[in-house]
Amino acid sequence: MTRLAVPKTYKLYVGGKFPRSESGRVYEVRSHDGVFLANAAQASRKDARDAVVAARSALGGWAGATAYNRGQVLYRIAELLEGRRAQFIDEIVKSEGVSAAAASAQVDEAIDRWVWYAGWADKYVQVAGNANPVSGPYFNISVPEPTGVVAIIAPQTGGSLLGLVSAVAPALVSGNTVVVVANERMPLSAISLGEVLATSDVPGGVVNILTGSPAEMAPWLASHADVNAIDLVGAGDLDWINLQIDAAETLTRVLQPENGPDAASPSLDRIVAFTETKTIWHTKGLI
Amino acid sequence: MTSSPSAMAQLNTGQRALALIGGEATDANLRRYLHGIPGIDAVGLEQRAADLGSRSIKTSSKKWAIDKIISLIDLTTLEGADTPGKVRSLVGKALTPDAGDPTCPRVAAVCVYGDMVPHAVAALGSAHSAGTDAGVNVAAVATAFPSGRASLAIKLADVRDAVLAGADEIDMVIDRGAFLSGRFGQVYDEIVAVKETCRRADGSYAHLKVILETGELNTYDNVRRASWLAILAGGDFIKTSTGKVPVAATLPVTLSMLEVVRDWHRLTGDKVGVKPAGGIRTSKDAIKYIVTVAETVGEEWLTPHLFRFGASSLLNDVLMQRQKMTTGHYSGPDYVTID
Repeated sequence: MTRLAVPKTYKLYVGGKFPRSESGRVYEVRSHDGVFLANAAQASRKDARDAVVAARSALGGWAGATAYNRGQVLYRIAELLEGRRAQFIDEIVKSEGVSAAAASAQVDEAIDRWVWYAGWADKYVQVAGNANPVSGPYFNISVPEPTGVVAIIAPQTGGSLLGLVSAVAPALVSGNTVVVVANERMPLSAISLGEVLATSDVPGGVVNILTGSPAEMAPWLASHADVNAIDLVGAGDLDWINLQIDAAETLTRVLQPENGPDAASPSLDRIVAFTETKTIWHTKGLI
Repeated sequence: MTSSPSAMAQLNTGQRALALIGGEATDANLRRYLHGIPGIDAVGLEQRAADLGSRSIKTSSKKWAIDKIISLIDLTTLEGADTPGKVRSLVGKALTPDAGDPTCPRVAAVCVYGDMVPHAVAALGSAHSAGTDAGVNVAAVATAFPSGRASLAIKLADVRDAVLAGADEIDMVIDRGAFLSGRFGQVYDEIVAVKETCRRADGSYAHLKVILETGELNTYDNVRRASWLAILAGGDFIKTSTGKVPVAATLPVTLSMLEVVRDWHRLTGDKVGVKPAGGIRTSKDAIKYIVTVAETVGEEWLTPHLFRFGASSLLNDVLMQRQKMTTGHYSGPDYVTID
């Protein structure tokens, strides 16, 4: 007896919950050769706004957690990904049309990237911070602190899982919270990562995943006054010059688009890009 | 309701109550009257409120609604930790809600504890309405707010102090214990006494808002009875809540109070105000109230004389919405004050 397939309609991941798009819209996700895979929610500007509110309210807890604790939480994501690697490999093979071996290599790299960035959580301050020499009896110390809410346009080409992880993980290290617009054409990895995050130790609202059109949402995120930084790594095909101008209007930090296989490659710079330097003067003891 | 509207309009408040109740305001007479009021269909009321809350208010209507909401707000600070400095900054915000936009309207009033009234009056200076229509009012909560658990003499002294200090409006709480145990006469007499204490030396009266604390009244029927009782006793406004108990203003409760106000207007021609307070934090919620008022008693109620929002955090959300509409992009909490 033949069985009727049950196609899934996925939802967004906002504030630790899985809401439908406020607009009620969905779009079809197809494999590389055009076979229907699932329906994904098509987020609207109001979903983006709600995600920013969720990210803002999660910021205090995440930025206030100890660096050591953040490192543990990020490492835990790697552990959970490891446990669900079969699902990720399957989705990558279907979406991207690559071989199982290539998909497996991509998942490995994504897991390693979480581990790499997790390790930086309690170390980047030593590298990026400084004790400044001053001509007076003071300690003068500069420390990087998270900038706040970071909006990310995930890479739209290349590995659908690796690109997302490479963009999201560095922003989280210092204690920022993230609103990420997933790969529009291949969102399954992002959706599954949302399910992983929901069952991990990452507090709700720290990562918010929107599926849908970057062209539709990016201008609203760039101009949003409550977004502190925007990573346009995957916005190469958009009118990103205007996105930069919009972002500048509300004093938002901007990272420019990157293309090619090295897009968002792991680096300390990506962590430090989403920090603000705080400099403190403190009197030296008189003994 | 035996009397005709025109006959009712001839009488003063006290005579009118006597005519309606059919005798002195004793427990027995009031109970007979208040329990004779038809009950509320709770399911129907909630359905109606939900329907009114589902209207889509966009673009120019929303802009109008947002400015209207600001002009109807009683900007409130009622904390044990209030200081004269905090009241001054509250007054500053009442006068200039959005420092980046001088076209932003002022709020209707600032609402503070009685001992803070002199500081509010001083901070307002020439912007204090002091009985005129222009400017910002000072409202004081009184009568042992929020519990109302004090002797009548203390409550009246509380009111007298605030009125002498220059309060334009008095927010009193009813004795919920007395109301719930059926001592309606006591509640009635207290409101009448407080109203009389609101009288100033020149014979004018401070506006009296009667807080029913609907979160403690348990049923819609009780809310309706308490509303009638407060109006019969001469309250100028009926107000839902103190904001100090878990359940504050809800749309169905406010709707049921508006219906009483509508019925009273039909009966006597008098207009009584309504003030939902507590728990209204977003402009989306506030717009639902605006719609409910316009649909229940009519748009002429949307003036500071007849409708108010008791709120503190609502103003910031409304201002962010307003900034969104003027600038075209979403605003954030960095662009409004921290209160």
